Amino acid sequence: MAEANVTSPTRTDKAAVLRGRFTLRGLLLQLRAFIALILLFTFFALISEPFLRSTNQVILAKQVAINAILAIGMTFVILTGGIDLSVGAVVGLTGMIAGGLIHRGLVLEPLNAVVYFNVWIVSLIAILVGMLVGLVNGILITRFNVAPFIATLGTLYIARGLSLLSNQGATFPNLIGRPELGNTGFEQLGAGGFRIAGLDIPYSIFIMIGLALLAIFITTKTPFGRQIYAIGGNKRAAELSGVRVKTVTMITYIISGFCAAVVGLIVTSQLVAAHPSTGETWELSAIAAVVLGGTSLAGGRGTIIGTIVGAFVIGVLRNGMILQGLSSFWQMVITGFVIILAVIIDQAQQRLQERSR
Amino acid sequence: MNARADSAADDIILRAEKITKIYPGTTALDNVDFNVYRGKVNVLVGENGAGKSTLMKIIAGVEHPTAGRLLLEGEEIEVRSPREAERLGIGIIYQELNLFPNLNVAENIFMAHEKTLGGVVIKHSEQEQHALDLLKRLEHPINPRTLVQHLRIGQQQVVEIAKALALDMRILIMDEPTSALSDSEVQVLFRVIEELKAAGVSIIYISHKLEELMQIGDYITVLRDGHKVAEAPMSGVTLPWIIERMVGRDTAAAYRPPRHAFGDEILRVENVTLPKPGGGYLLDGVTFSLRAGEILGIYGLMGAGRTELFECLMGLHPHAGGVVWLGNSKLDGLIDRRIKQGLILIPEDRQREGLVPELSVTDNMLLASLRRFFNGLFLSAQAQRASVSQMIEELAIKVSDPQNPISSLSGGNQQKVVVAKSLLTEPKVLLMDEPTRGIDVGAKEEIFEIARRLAAQGLGIIFVSTELNEIMAIADRIIVMSKGRITQVFDRAEATQEALVQASAIGHGLGNGKDVNNDG
Repeated sequence: MAEANVTSPTRTDKAAVLRGRFTLRGLLLQLRAFIALILLFTFFALISEPFLRSTNQVILAKQVAINAILAIGMTFVILTGGIDLSVGAVVGLTGMIAGGLIHRGLVLEPLNAVVYFNVWIVSLIAILVGMLVGLVNGILITRFNVAPFIATLGTLYIARGLSLLSNQGATFPNLIGRPELGNTGFEQLGAGGFRIAGLDIPYSIFIMIGLALLAIFITTKTPFGRQIYAIGGNKRAAELSGVRVKTVTMITYIISGFCAAVVGLIVTSQLVAAHPSTGETWELSAIAAVVLGGTSLAGGRGTIIGTIVGAFVIGVLRNGMILQGLSSFWQMVITGFVIILAVIIDQAQQRLQERSR
Repeated sequence: MNARADSAADDIILRAEKITKIYPGTTALDNVDFNVYRGKVNVLVGENGAGKSTLMKIIAGVEHPTAGRLLLEGEEIEVRSPREAERLGIGIIYQELNLFPNLNVAENIFMAHEKTLGGVVIKHSEQEQHALDLLKRLEHPINPRTLVQHLRIGQQQVVEIAKALALDMRILIMDEPTSALSDSEVQVLFRVIEELKAAGVSIIYISHKLEELMQIGDYITVLRDGHKVAEAPMSGVTLPWIIERMVGRDTAAAYRPPRHAFGDEILRVENVTLPKPGGGYLLDGVTFSLRAGEILGIYGLMGAGRTELFECLMGLHPHAGGVVWLGNSKLDGLIDRRIKQGLILIPEDRQREGLVPELSVTDNMLLASLRRFFNGLFLSAQAQRASVSQMIEELAIKVSDPQNPISSLSGGNQQKVVVAKSLLTEPKVLLMDEPTRGIDVGAKEEIFEIARRLAAQGLGIIFVSTELNEIMAIADRIIVMSKGRITQVFDRAEATQEALVQASAIGHGLGNGKDVNNDG
């Protein structure tokens, strides 16, 4: 109670008051998912020789990056108490848009002309489309009061349907572009990378790191970020405090759409082909990573670091099980158990913290 | 502006003119005029449903009037949102706490007004320092990094006040700022109010604690049933005058409990102990008993352990030590078992713990006793309706249709629904934790009346309050707690306010002298 915190106004005491007694516990809370990750990592390192090989580690990180980028966007949305089910479909749609623009260009029928863009503009268009879907989600949720689950379920179907329509359900193959059209180089995003310590690290990993750092900065250091937590914690109070609840909520969905578009580009580039069904059920893996990272689906509680760790837990688990030759069916069963276990531990931790106030 | 304006009008910073607010079904405000005098404490009183909060919400931009206008410094303004009110320099401390449990104290205080570098980066350490300064000014140096969910409700109220102070408003509305504060904390707030007045801030102050209003107010406006019935300088006003205008009848005589014979011992609490995490005790060997038909008052300052005691009795702390006997049987199990055995709690925080805001009056009332209406296949609608209408009649709950949402009721009527909910469980012992928090004199009296009637019917009642005169008026016996221990037990005949205050300050060290001095 109050008296525990009362302090005489000397300088050292003041510092102690500011530092508080919650940091250690907060740190442990953060580290819990991390400890699980280390245990898992050690386990597979011990039982599986190829697991620790640097080539495998790069593959692992590359797989994690896809899920982690989606999960970063998802974290913003979930922190407000919302959910974005459309991200997997947006991955597919933005991939098809990029593929279509490279493969057959923008067909302007009345002019009987076809315009080809260079790959930077193609990427920009795809990203804008992803953000547009996010904007639509945001408008449906904040202006028309559609529940986030329903609104994004609707846009999931719409986006998936559009990506199937875009080429009658077929793939845009071989997206290397043509020099005479000036649209080459798209495959570089997926295939290229920086060489560090004798290892080729793909761009996608750096994109993940960059986006994660940016997201950490936004959520912890900016008014927008803290207002996301405020909305998740008490929406009414946020409104009364002068937070622009609708705008902030809308932006979180745009961020999620942006992240999905980035993933769409990365995956399409890695495959050098755009499949209309790419990204199916990826929204669920993203949600799983967010939840594993300790973010509450009710909003207001969670961190980006947690989400990244959550994505790595899923990634390590999947990678390790593949190396062990476990069937993909068993992988699903085990992943399910791990998610549920993580949430149970999280709840227990919450209760413990509640009690010790 | 006119050079020679009326001198009285010059003193008015904000004027609400002929404000009318019509909700579907009710007229909350009918042609109300309200003046806010510059640099004064403008008190607004009225019973629940009189329209005080509605009027304040209109001034703060949360609600919009159906008719009428607001004049700030003589110029008409339109306040469409809380943001706009803030730009005009109008701040409000809401009656219901509006905080973010998941954020820390400093972040709560500066939410949407963050101190930033170039509008982008929050300067957390500066915010924390500033927050600490504000809290020190309120004599509550709570760690600014503490999450608000870890604070007791009184501390949360302090944070809410600090949040409003952080904005440097010229008009500050305080809607029941003291409902969760102890007497000494109220005095701190009053000192801050004096400082604000000296700095030229105009204050609108709403409270149900009339003595408090008499102490702090400069002007008083009384509302009744959506009408303004009086406005006067506080200097010429007496307590009976206020009550008469508020209620429209004289109520001073009602503060006398009827005497009836008590029955056998119905509740026995032996050595209940609740360890505090990190050492010490929240409750330390609490032992007492309660007889059927008796109203036992428990008084104590914040942190005395009143709420924790109730929580222990209800089985919310399974790791607490001690034994509780209800009649001849030992209480065990968690809250649902204890309710079945005849113990029920009316929680302190009506909004958060007493009601489900989305549900109707009926559904809220039946929440704890649905089992009674279950006939093996489904819930009997007829029996439910009968019970609900009986309760509405018995407790005189003002509601046009029991299917209305609970949120459409005034605070006092909401509280009566909570009481009805508890009574429907057919309890033997009723635990009332601050049942009059945030409700007006008339409704308070009704709650008292209900408590007395229930006691006369043989119910044992434990009544917790931070208001001395309430405890004095209702309790047959008074237990005073301090720091988790019972420090003294008074029979109502021997209890005086001074003695209660003294007993409540035992073990508080330096705070002792201060607490004894202000005995409400």
